[in-house]
Amino acid sequence: MEGTILKIENLSAYFGEQQVLKDINMSIPRKKVTAIMGPSGCGKTTLIRCINRMHELVPGARVTGRVLLGGKNVYTMDPIIVRRKIGMVFQEPNPFPTMSIYDNVIAGYKLNGIKISREEQDRIVEESLKKVALWDEVKDSLHRRGTFFSGGQQQRLCIARALAMEPEVLLLDEPTSALDPKATSRIEELITALKRHVTIILVTHNIAQAARVSDFTAFLYVGELIEFGPSEKLFSVPEDKRTEEYLTGKFG
Amino acid sequence: MQEDVIHRRILKDRVFKGFIIFFSFVSIVPLLFILLYIIQNGIAAVNWQFLVHLPKPVGEAGGGISNALVGTCILILISCILAIPVGVLAGVYLSEHREGKLSYLARLCVEVLQGVPSIVIGIIAYVWVVLPLGKFSAFSAGVALGIMMLPVIVRTTEETLKLVPHPLKEASLALGVPYHRTILKVILPAGMSGIITGILLSVARIAGETAPLLFTAFGSPFMNLNIFKPISALPLLIFKYATSPYPEWHSIAWGASFVLVVFVLVLNLITKLVTRKWKVQF
Repeated sequence: MEGTILKIENLSAYFGEQQVLKDINMSIPRKKVTAIMGPSGCGKTTLIRCINRMHELVPGARVTGRVLLGGKNVYTMDPIIVRRKIGMVFQEPNPFPTMSIYDNVIAGYKLNGIKISREEQDRIVEESLKKVALWDEVKDSLHRRGTFFSGGQQQRLCIARALAMEPEVLLLDEPTSALDPKATSRIEELITALKRHVTIILVTHNIAQAARVSDFTAFLYVGELIEFGPSEKLFSVPEDKRTEEYLTGKFG
Repeated sequence: MQEDVIHRRILKDRVFKGFIIFFSFVSIVPLLFILLYIIQNGIAAVNWQFLVHLPKPVGEAGGGISNALVGTCILILISCILAIPVGVLAGVYLSEHREGKLSYLARLCVEVLQGVPSIVIGIIAYVWVVLPLGKFSAFSAGVALGIMMLPVIVRTTEETLKLVPHPLKEASLALGVPYHRTILKVILPAGMSGIITGILLSVARIAGETAPLLFTAFGSPFMNLNIFKPISALPLLIFKYATSPYPEWHSIAWGASFVLVVFVLVLNLITKLVTRKWKVQF
């Protein structure tokens, strides 16, 4: 193992009075796929939104504890810098409807006002679209708007958009829950291929998906981290009884 | 007996439907009559000379309304420059902060402002701008009209931006885009068609306003491009000429009315076009 890229220490999150995450401790290994699974409402999404500080957008949200990215606490960094280093893909595909495919991919640079040369832009767009296996499908219509896409294509475009910023970590928040099975399997293939480039944290409520694509899996239940370890072990010989019950479908 | 009841019901339904159709026609009639009447009386006065010439003194034939046309354009320009930034940004605030004291207060004020009679707004502009500057001016009229535009722009901006899906904003923020750039480059472009519609409708609304101009723009028989001098405008010219005792001035008033109505109609048509063409599909 090449070491830890992200360390979550004593992380608790609150919305108003309600505590949604209870003292989470995790070390996310570099360039691996880490799945976070658990029944709905267990705090999976909140957990990854705490990592790139997106939870702060919700009024009344509060966090204690630390999240260390390469040894630096993201809560003492500017959230804008944090989000450039930690990319995110959402449940619903959300390409920018006013922009072409090309501009969508390069949006992270354009919207941030980062000046790069035309050749550099072309290179980033091509590389990012190739990484998500979209290049061959769209190379002739790069300057058309992205909204005519199917859901799966839109989601891959969103992944390309996140990858274009060359993040260290990519957060995927149930990226396939709005997609059909075929598009889902393509995204899963993509996740496996992408871990060469980037550390991936995948939130899913789909146990089979977690088993298929992840190297490490965390099981979260009502805000508590029940179990976290290598996927083969967690899925074959879970340590905690609750994990076993969840995996066998007794609840969730 | 039973059939009788049913027959009566069917008859009632028919009568009711007839009423609905009849009254929808009735609602069209006023506009048709206005258009017909204005076209009848106005179109004869309108020609190229009418649009590019200045008014002539009483007794001389001919003369045009170019000063009023230019004046109206200048007034619209001034009021847009004043009202659009304020209105759009206030609308952004209201759509971003649905609750809170400031939002509540702002929303209330905008609603009340919409109901304030235009003559009162004219007086306010007179007190705020004309008196301190010591003269009637295009600028003071622009202030009055700008205040009148404000509520429409604020409300349409707010309503449009509320429809922009939240995930779009999150997508931008998650790319590390600062809040102000997210608003300016993602949210506003997504709502552009609605915002432009609001602006055009508010322009159509103020283009024909007369009351607030009476003691701000004041009117002028000359071509004037200085915004700190009295200026003419179509509604002012119509008011002045229509209340004059000279028949040839009356026909100029009809011509000017025709031009004004066509202007407002065209604005409305453009609005329809903008909403259809620029609509962003989410």
